[in-house]
Amino acid sequence: MRREVPLTIVFICGAFMAFQYFVPHYASATVYEYALNWTTIISIFTLAVGIGSLVNLHSDRIARRKPTWRYSIVTLAALAFMTILGVSSPDALSNPTGLFMKVYFYILSPVQATMFALLAFFIASAAYRAFRAKTLLATLLLLSAVIVMLGRVWVGDMLTGWLPEGLRFSYVANYILDFPNTAAKQAIYIGVGLGVAGTTLKIILGIERTWLGGGK
Amino acid sequence: MYGGFWQKVADLDRRWIYLVIGLATFIPVLTYIRVPVSITSEVSAVYDKLDSLPRGTVVMVPMEFGPSTMAELQPMATAVLRHCFSRDLKVISTALQIEGVILVEQVLRETAMEYSKNYGVDYVFLGYKPSPDMVILNMGENFRNSFPRDYYGIELDSLSMMNGISNYSNTACIVNINATSGVDYWINYANGRYGADLALGVTAVIATDYYAFLHSGQIFGLMGGLKGAAEYERLIGRPRDIANRAMTSVSVAHVFIILFIIIGNAAFFANRRKDRS
Amino acid sequence: MGPILKRFFLDLSFPLLIFSVLIVKPCVAVDRKPTIKDPESPGDYVFRYKTLAPDPGPPGRLIAADAPNDAGGTIIVSWGKAPGDNGIFDTVKGYIVYRSEAPDTGFSMLTRLPAGSGSYSDASPENGRSYYYRVASIYADDTLMAAETAGAIPRTQFFHTRRILVLLFMLFFSGAAIFLISHSKKGGDLYIRPIAGIDAVDEAIGRATEMGRPILFVPGLGEASRVATIAAFTILGRVARKVAEYQTRIIVPNYDPVVMTICQEVVKEAYAAAGRPEAFDVKDVYFVTQDQFPYTASVNGTMLRERPATNFYMGMFYAESLILAETGFVAGSIQIAGTDQLIQIPFFIASCDYTLMGEELYAASAYLSREPQQLGTLKAQDWGKVAAILLTGAGIIAYLFSRGAGDALKAWVIGG
Repeated sequence: MRREVPLTIVFICGAFMAFQYFVPHYASATVYEYALNWTTIISIFTLAVGIGSLVNLHSDRIARRKPTWRYSIVTLAALAFMTILGVSSPDALSNPTGLFMKVYFYILSPVQATMFALLAFFIASAAYRAFRAKTLLATLLLLSAVIVMLGRVWVGDMLTGWLPEGLRFSYVANYILDFPNTAAKQAIYIGVGLGVAGTTLKIILGIERTWLGGGK
Repeated sequence: MYGGFWQKVADLDRRWIYLVIGLATFIPVLTYIRVPVSITSEVSAVYDKLDSLPRGTVVMVPMEFGPSTMAELQPMATAVLRHCFSRDLKVISTALQIEGVILVEQVLRETAMEYSKNYGVDYVFLGYKPSPDMVILNMGENFRNSFPRDYYGIELDSLSMMNGISNYSNTACIVNINATSGVDYWINYANGRYGADLALGVTAVIATDYYAFLHSGQIFGLMGGLKGAAEYERLIGRPRDIANRAMTSVSVAHVFIILFIIIGNAAFFANRRKDRS
Repeated sequence: MGPILKRFFLDLSFPLLIFSVLIVKPCVAVDRKPTIKDPESPGDYVFRYKTLAPDPGPPGRLIAADAPNDAGGTIIVSWGKAPGDNGIFDTVKGYIVYRSEAPDTGFSMLTRLPAGSGSYSDASPENGRSYYYRVASIYADDTLMAAETAGAIPRTQFFHTRRILVLLFMLFFSGAAIFLISHSKKGGDLYIRPIAGIDAVDEAIGRATEMGRPILFVPGLGEASRVATIAAFTILGRVARKVAEYQTRIIVPNYDPVVMTICQEVVKEAYAAAGRPEAFDVKDVYFVTQDQFPYTASVNGTMLRERPATNFYMGMFYAESLILAETGFVAGSIQIAGTDQLIQIPFFIASCDYTLMGEELYAASAYLSREPQQLGTLKAQDWGKVAAILLTGAGIIAYLFSRGAGDALKAWVIGG
């Protein structure tokens, strides 16, 4: 029963949602909207599960004095501080001079922007290490990367401005993005779309059961 | 010595690379150097569409970016909103990414103030709701299904701008400024299911993914990253705004990355020749 | 006379044209409005010939119709533009749409629309009742000009006619899957090409066991309902089973709470199946945060502290993919990645040892289990690709034949 009940629910709901797509009748649309609203509600409750796991993990690290237990104190303190701050002030989100907004603008925003900025450095080191002309395909990858990078900034046209328009880096870069890139991605998209359809069919028919938590 | 030198180059400590890239992006920021920015057709298409709309037309400009992506998308959003407000277009906006709600509200409010626009009359901010796919689907039926009240708690029906505006079909187009995977929901649902005219403004790294949709006609325009923002700033006649100023750093960084690639390949071939001999 | 007339027009037509423009131009009122698009090349002026504007009149032919393929309650009202509303004369200020439940009386204003509008979607009617519409054009001094009335009854439809191709494809795909599953169960051979990334999983787990270092499994940033995440569960189950048999530690940091609970169950079941349920530590499968870059920072910290021998990145990844992979390289781990996010695949290819691209990740469960049902569905996808190729070919032929035929085929395929 532990597996049969969820599999039956998945089959009924999956088959209904599949055929609902083709039935615009208001009864079908009403059930669909009802299901969407319930999905939103359930997804919020799952956050409580996650927070419980987080608190449990870090409390255990503090209790057992594991190597990084001091950072666990910081994590739990930050969680508690922001929760209390947000809940205790009704205008936390709309008051630009409040402490909540100050923490958001002066701590969270710069930290997140910093993490994203790491990509610039990591792209350089990854390109230095990986873009080697070892094989024909690697050489093509290297050349197209160079052309697109230069073609997207003014340097490309500065270097190739003396060439006919069709041979300048900006034109070639746009050509690479418009045609080979698009064609390859569309082909992979078709494969991915069919893969999604196949996996969804397996889930509805009960062939794919890993989402139940492993085992047969 | 020859082989040793190139081996050292091939095994270069990545921290040197980080230092050079850091300087290459930081130094140009200290001063404004005007660089040429060519206008692409996909960005022009967005500009031309908004520019062709009659005054008073309602457009939707949903924005989903957060602190991590605001460097690329906030200039883009600001440029698009400036264009809309200068053309007296009425703007409906949402922010379906929780980290960016405050940023989006700030951008919308400050840009509206520049053009003396009034809330509820010239623009409406619906705010955030979880599960963006459900929200986008529900808005296709009626905005009030997901947002009976706006971000500030005001009932939608009491806002004069929302009279007669029920769903996407009552807006001229949607220009979605998005840094998340929620772009796919806008394409699949807003355009695919409800037929809304859709343009995208996305980060440069995911822009390449959406040329396919541009060619298939599912979106009518595409603005990619800081360059897309710089192009739009040029089109609205503001070539000294922040995206254009930052293009200098982008250009210098690109050049240095290519130099590193050339050096790395030179070291690779030199070491391979040494190994063969 | 013929050649003389011909020569007269050929020789004099161009000078006559120039002369006529020079004479006519000052005779009309010209209103210049610069529309500057680029400050470096000012140009583009809009001229308005106000003396040539037509007389005010009502909007063109009015049509009211039930919106097709919907749940009802919507009527689409469309009309031709009123005289003067063509972007040149701009004498029309806007339109007002009126509605009534009787054809001749009781009209009330529904909405006011700006000039240039040609249709309005009324989403407030009730199904089965008749509604009548009038549209008035607004001119200077708020002069209204309205003509005919049009009526419609909103109804709900039972089938979305523009999605018939999707239905046919769905039935074809399901039928192909059932046929191929049956074929495979009867012993039919279904070939799947080797997938290096999946073949390398066992080798990577063995490496971690030899080095005495843990394995890090990152199930991505997707929700549990996403197909890529479900594929990640399959691979996690296999990895966890091997890890339990080899008595190695596995660490699974999670972005989504629901994914975390499923991962805990998968790993727990794997340990139980390997006969070592007591070795499972629930704290090794934990929730971090639902914020992209804080999650990335946490996983990076785990990599640099724990120094895993093998990193698995399976599922949905976004901008953090390169940050994770580069940090894993610094930590000296062998890395196997699999994602359906096409834009992240190049980053994984550049920085990981093996990469599963797109549907290779979805094929993992069929590839690993070799069950007939799994293989049959996988082969049905190949049949689907053949159908897509045939449709693409039909589109190419249609466009080569005529643009209208191509557009018609495209509209039918896209549907609504």
